[in-house]
Amino acid sequence: MQPASQPSAPTPDSRPAGAVGAGPAAPSAPGSPSGDNAAVGRRVSDGAAIPIIPDCCNLGITARILVPLNLGALLIAALTGTTASDMLVRALAIVAVLEPVAIASLLTLCGVRRLTTGRSYAVQWAAGLAVPVVLTLIACLIAVRYMAPELAGGAWLGWLVVRCLTAAAIAALIFEFFRLRTLSFAPSLTEARLQALQARIRPHFLFNSLNTVLGLMRGDPRRAEYTLENLADLFRVFMRDTRELVPLDEEVVTCQQYIAIEELRLGDRLQVNWLLDDMPGDALLPSLLLQPLIENAVHHGIEPRTEPGLMSVRIARAGDRVQVEILNPLSENPPTRSGNQMALSNVRERLMLLYDMEAELKTEAIDGQFRLQLAFPYRKERRRRDVRRHFNPYR
Amino acid sequence: MSDAISILIVDDEPVARSRLRELLADLSPDFPHRIVGEAANAPEALSQIDLYQPQVVLLDVQMPGMTGIELARHVSARAAASDTPRPMPLVIFITAFEEFAVEAFEVRAIDYLLKPVRAQRLLEALKRAVTRLPSDQIQAIDQLAKATNTRRRHLSVHERGRVILVPLEQVIYLKAELKYITVRTREREFLIEESLTSLEEEFVDRFVRIHRNALVARPSIAGFERVTPSGEDDAGDPYWQVVLRDVTERLPVSRRQWSTVKNLVT
Repeated sequence: MQPASQPSAPTPDSRPAGAVGAGPAAPSAPGSPSGDNAAVGRRVSDGAAIPIIPDCCNLGITARILVPLNLGALLIAALTGTTASDMLVRALAIVAVLEPVAIASLLTLCGVRRLTTGRSYAVQWAAGLAVPVVLTLIACLIAVRYMAPELAGGAWLGWLVVRCLTAAAIAALIFEFFRLRTLSFAPSLTEARLQALQARIRPHFLFNSLNTVLGLMRGDPRRAEYTLENLADLFRVFMRDTRELVPLDEEVVTCQQYIAIEELRLGDRLQVNWLLDDMPGDALLPSLLLQPLIENAVHHGIEPRTEPGLMSVRIARAGDRVQVEILNPLSENPPTRSGNQMALSNVRERLMLLYDMEAELKTEAIDGQFRLQLAFPYRKERRRRDVRRHFNPYR
Repeated sequence: MSDAISILIVDDEPVARSRLRELLADLSPDFPHRIVGEAANAPEALSQIDLYQPQVVLLDVQMPGMTGIELARHVSARAAASDTPRPMPLVIFITAFEEFAVEAFEVRAIDYLLKPVRAQRLLEALKRAVTRLPSDQIQAIDQLAKATNTRRRHLSVHERGRVILVPLEQVIYLKAELKYITVRTREREFLIEESLTSLEEEFVDRFVRIHRNALVARPSIAGFERVTPSGEDDAGDPYWQVVLRDVTERLPVSRRQWSTVKNLVT
């Protein structure tokens, strides 16, 4: 096996990438090594450096901005209008300007955010506020010039400034709201991370694996060696920051190393069918997103059975999404240990924090099988790393 | 090798079994023994215990289907039935987890080893085990089952050298007959060697005693009917009997039990 490319020591002050999306595009921060390993130490979110501009490429966040904005416009129209028809006219007038400006701002900010992430707060604020102000300016100028010159009246400059300042104020409020929202998530983020850590360093798994190694030591020393190597690799990953983004290839290797250990322990009972032909290996995902799901499937689908059971793992790309499907037999016996819902809810929470509405996790029981389906956006790393981990089960 | 202690290894993981075998081989100078069998699950273990009557059973706690504690409960239930004294093997539990209640172990009537097992610890446990009385084990396993809230979900039936596990929810009634207990399910009857009193205690939530010799599953009671015996001498008093779901036979309710049983009707 090739040496696993190790994440360089996390560089806490560099790469304050955004909560979502900015990961792949985050420019390499000055001062961090720019070798093969440089791409790894990326953080998905760092409480210390939350970007000022919210992630406007994210549907959930876009919806959270547009819906209140329009409701606000309607409210203003309702408060200022005198009759019902007057209200309607006012509402339409506001929305006619607001909507193009808001949508254009969001689209522009989506790009601007990627460019400014990692810069100083002043730059981020300036860039973030400039976008809606400039767009408002353009919209107002178009309105005055071509549509309703009488709107501005004499003091058109003052009229314009008021509009632009309003746009800036609304943008500032929105930025601050999302910054606080992310901050308020930070404790639960830490908590989720701790939970994940604790669940990962499962004493059960460690002791069971050590027992397996001891059992192999005399009869099959090579296999014992190989199992210890797998165990070492796995624990290195378990102890890594789970907010780190890793290529799918790497996460799958972790899953396969885990399965290799469990196969020794469970013998014929565990059979896994890997369907990875259409897997986009370069897709980025948070470290240890899949392994807990695989472990869950082994724990619930295979361990309680006395008969052999077949599990299947299919990973494929569908357009701009990565789809994962895990099937395992439903077991009529209750599992021997509890605390399982934890794995699923843990992953769900992490997906929510990372992808908001763009990821989904579904589970269902059909035909005596438990099916888990996971889909998340396909984002890949710009530069592929040369050193990749490989898993060779036949070593 | 008549004084060699006979040992049965029960663990669902093949590698764990081979590890125990290796450790036991290392210990054979200090502790003469012979391994009489290996089992990967509860039914296998039960029939091997029947077949080889091992003196010591090394029993993994976490197994699919039926835990080691439940399995031990099956063994002790049969050994406890007073009419059929079967030798109770001495049980040493093996577990990877330290989480279950240890009160039962504090009486030192049973022992447990943590995985990965050390040879020295195994030797101590074996030496201690053979000094114990089987009757203490029966009690201790009952205690352990209570402390860990382990209930049997099956009754184990030994039939022509193999073990059948009858799920408890299929049992309609249990009836003591001579030295056996008849277990009635919808399809057929089985015979088990256990004591009706301890079954009643263990499954008090599910079964109700209707007669000195019979327990009936509450969900299987369809109703009661009053019968007047019409013998030639006309001496019989009228009595009640239970009408059961899924089977045609009816069971008499004793006068003594009627006062408690009739509460079920209302």
